[in-house]
Amino acid sequence: MVREFLNRRFLAAASQTLRLLLMVSITFFGLLLITFLIGRIVPIDPVLAVVGDKASAETYEAARIAMGLHLPLWQQFFIYLGKVLQGDLGVSILTSRPVLEDIFRVFPATFELAITATVIGVLLGIPLGVFSAVHRGSIIDHVARVIGLLGYSLPIFWLGLIGLMVFYAQLDWLPGPGRIDVFYEDIVDPVTGMMLIDAVLAGEWEIFWNAVSHIILPASLLGYFSLAYISRMTRSFMLEQLRQEYILTARVKGVPEYKVVWGHALGNCAIPLITVIALSFGSLLEGSVLTETVFAWPGLGLYLTNSLLNADMNSVLGSTIVVGTIFLAVNLFSDFLYKVMDPRARG
Amino acid sequence: MKRLLILACLVVFGAGQMAHAATPKDYLVMGFAIDDIITLDPAEIFEFSGAEYAANTYDRLINYDVDNVSDIYGGIAESWDISEDGLTYTFNIRKGMTFASGNPISADDVVFSLQRVVALNKGPAFILTQFGFTPENMAESIKKVDDYTVQVMIDQPYAPTFFLYCLTSTAGSIIDKKLALSHEKDGDYGHAWLRTGYAGSGPYTLKKWKPSESLTLDRNDGYWGEKAKLKRVMIRHISEPATQRLLLEKGDIDIARNLERDDIEGLEANPEVKIVTRPKGGIYYLGLSQKNDYLKIPEVRQALKYLVDYKGMTDTFLKGRMTVHQAFLPNGFLGALTETPFSLNVEKAKELLKQAGLENGFTVTMDTRNAEPVPSMALAIQATFAQAGIKLEIIPGDGKQTLTKYRARNHDIYIGKWGPDYMDPHTNADTFARNPDNSDDAKFKPLAWRNAWDIPEMTKMADAAVLEKDTKKRADMYLELQREHQQVSPFVIMFQDIEVIAERKNVDGFILGPSFDSNFYQYTVKN
Repeated sequence: MVREFLNRRFLAAASQTLRLLLMVSITFFGLLLITFLIGRIVPIDPVLAVVGDKASAETYEAARIAMGLHLPLWQQFFIYLGKVLQGDLGVSILTSRPVLEDIFRVFPATFELAITATVIGVLLGIPLGVFSAVHRGSIIDHVARVIGLLGYSLPIFWLGLIGLMVFYAQLDWLPGPGRIDVFYEDIVDPVTGMMLIDAVLAGEWEIFWNAVSHIILPASLLGYFSLAYISRMTRSFMLEQLRQEYILTARVKGVPEYKVVWGHALGNCAIPLITVIALSFGSLLEGSVLTETVFAWPGLGLYLTNSLLNADMNSVLGSTIVVGTIFLAVNLFSDFLYKVMDPRARG
Repeated sequence: MKRLLILACLVVFGAGQMAHAATPKDYLVMGFAIDDIITLDPAEIFEFSGAEYAANTYDRLINYDVDNVSDIYGGIAESWDISEDGLTYTFNIRKGMTFASGNPISADDVVFSLQRVVALNKGPAFILTQFGFTPENMAESIKKVDDYTVQVMIDQPYAPTFFLYCLTSTAGSIIDKKLALSHEKDGDYGHAWLRTGYAGSGPYTLKKWKPSESLTLDRNDGYWGEKAKLKRVMIRHISEPATQRLLLEKGDIDIARNLERDDIEGLEANPEVKIVTRPKGGIYYLGLSQKNDYLKIPEVRQALKYLVDYKGMTDTFLKGRMTVHQAFLPNGFLGALTETPFSLNVEKAKELLKQAGLENGFTVTMDTRNAEPVPSMALAIQATFAQAGIKLEIIPGDGKQTLTKYRARNHDIYIGKWGPDYMDPHTNADTFARNPDNSDDAKFKPLAWRNAWDIPEMTKMADAAVLEKDTKKRADMYLELQREHQQVSPFVIMFQDIEVIAERKNVDGFILGPSFDSNFYQYTVKN
């Protein structure tokens, strides 16, 4: 009996895993195929990025053949696919280095920024959303709405420059663009690639604080945008919950108001909020091109854009795989959290 | 909560303290858009910032004086002789020099470096292969005579400066043979390694290159010539001009390299900063495709040259960054034509259009790269064309995208920039005034070809000019060539560019040369 039950559980789990694997591989295949085709359809000659505008005809042709561009499109794709399956993402045209190495270099910068921004967005966005839902129509609510509206509509590019003007140029509270002061450059060995963690690992506290001071402004700006989104969503989830009868019941039976709001109501918003936060975190991980430009922050967004504009297909496809993996992982993780938090989803 | 507050205060306060730190005294910190660097191998480098890197980290056989381009002097080569027939060049290598690795520099390295460019056949290889070198003949045509003598044989008796100037370009950099070969893979002359590595002897050496992030150079303490003043040059990739300006004003960088007009005007009032300018060889022009039925009419080409408000643009948004220039050789080159016969003259243009039977105008497109100042120029041109009834449709695109179309001859009008590859006049004559084969599958595709301009006569004139050994006569030949070109060509040559940089007041001795590969760091000091 027990054995049969376990067997059934095992089979169910195995088939679920298999289905997941199948889904993931189809998703990746589609992702690669579409990106590959887009990369070949764009009216940019990828050989140009390698040999430049002035190369002779022989040089041009030699480079074209070396890049495999003389082969039929489907053949190029399958050659690429075969290499990817062996873990070889190729060499980037723009940096002359293996794409994987490039991604390991640029991604931690984006990751560090995204984590910090999301922490800021969650820590401030959720309370703001709760307050404005509870005190609907009050000044707090209006202020929150204005904050949200600005967060949606202000161009981050402009806001970034203004932030630099105020906190760096005028007030002198924060340092300028870059991940670290020039003086500290290349002292700490990159272990994780995240400046904050590497500095701690090396025990270089001075560098750690310098890196903190550098990340505050860009992370706050990105955090502001996720704050705007998270607080708006929290507000509407909360309004929905506060209308429910169980809230009324709780109040009637004398549960203190803070418990009603922060415990009962917010607790029931947790599940949709996880999706909201995961989505906003996921989109931050793709790298924010404009923020990275203004703050000279060498992350994935800049890398991907640069590669795309130069038809550097190995880098574009490599980054696509990374971004795709992140999105899948974030989605799977939020599904997993659902199950942990919601007894009904456990089945 | 309290603890959190204290932490927050600490962070903000601490950061405030650090923000005051100026750049280290023996460092030169530069804000520069260096995302165009795709390789560090001098046999492959063909990008603006890449060429500047090589100029500061590698030596060449010979150099030219940045203030007087016709003064050519020895680098790795102490002296050189040219045979009577103009075909054989013998270079005498300076003795006692070493590479940064400590390896001595000898004839072997010179032969290796030049042959390497030919054999690897990368983008800039044509600068050397145009003298007839091939992988097959290079063992004979570029050879070592003894440890300190190299003999090079070229295929035609060109004007000597043509070959010498080509040797001053990035492709002529001398590479440490021993070091490069120790990293060789599958007979690649160490290319795969050198793309991110360093094997030179220049005043600075490569410390680290992080693509699109930073480039760090350290002083070469074993340099054979005058040693660099500053210990380290730290180039930070900052693509946004406003950010560069901000960093410069705060003293976090010493030099800002990519500023827009607004930034420069804003900085002029700052006593802590000085603006430095230098005319460069880049030329802005319109290429009129002769495949277009309107543009192939001579009167139309002439009319368009009267429909650009050259002065209006250099007086306004191009002020201080470009000068009006209407011939294919930039000012400063041997034989450059400085006459500017064209100015905005709508009446005259209308008359010409009437002669062409097009008094009601016509519609054409213009492929326009979406990076300033090109779009602003395009808008100004659109407005003045309209005054004569010509409707100009601007097709914006990324630089590589518009270039791809241009190279395939699929444009009507292309607005672009052309930079010379070396300091000899042939570099531009070769592309603007030569087109040996106008067929679609031509082997040689200069700008004249891209605009489908078939010019057998002019090609002959340009060929004759590059063979003329008498400098005065040669200059006259180019002047004549440009005068004709100016009137009849499908190129509306408009401006010559000026490089503008901003330095902190205490920075001195940063050399801006006439070309992007002649900007030098070694004499820079900080007071």
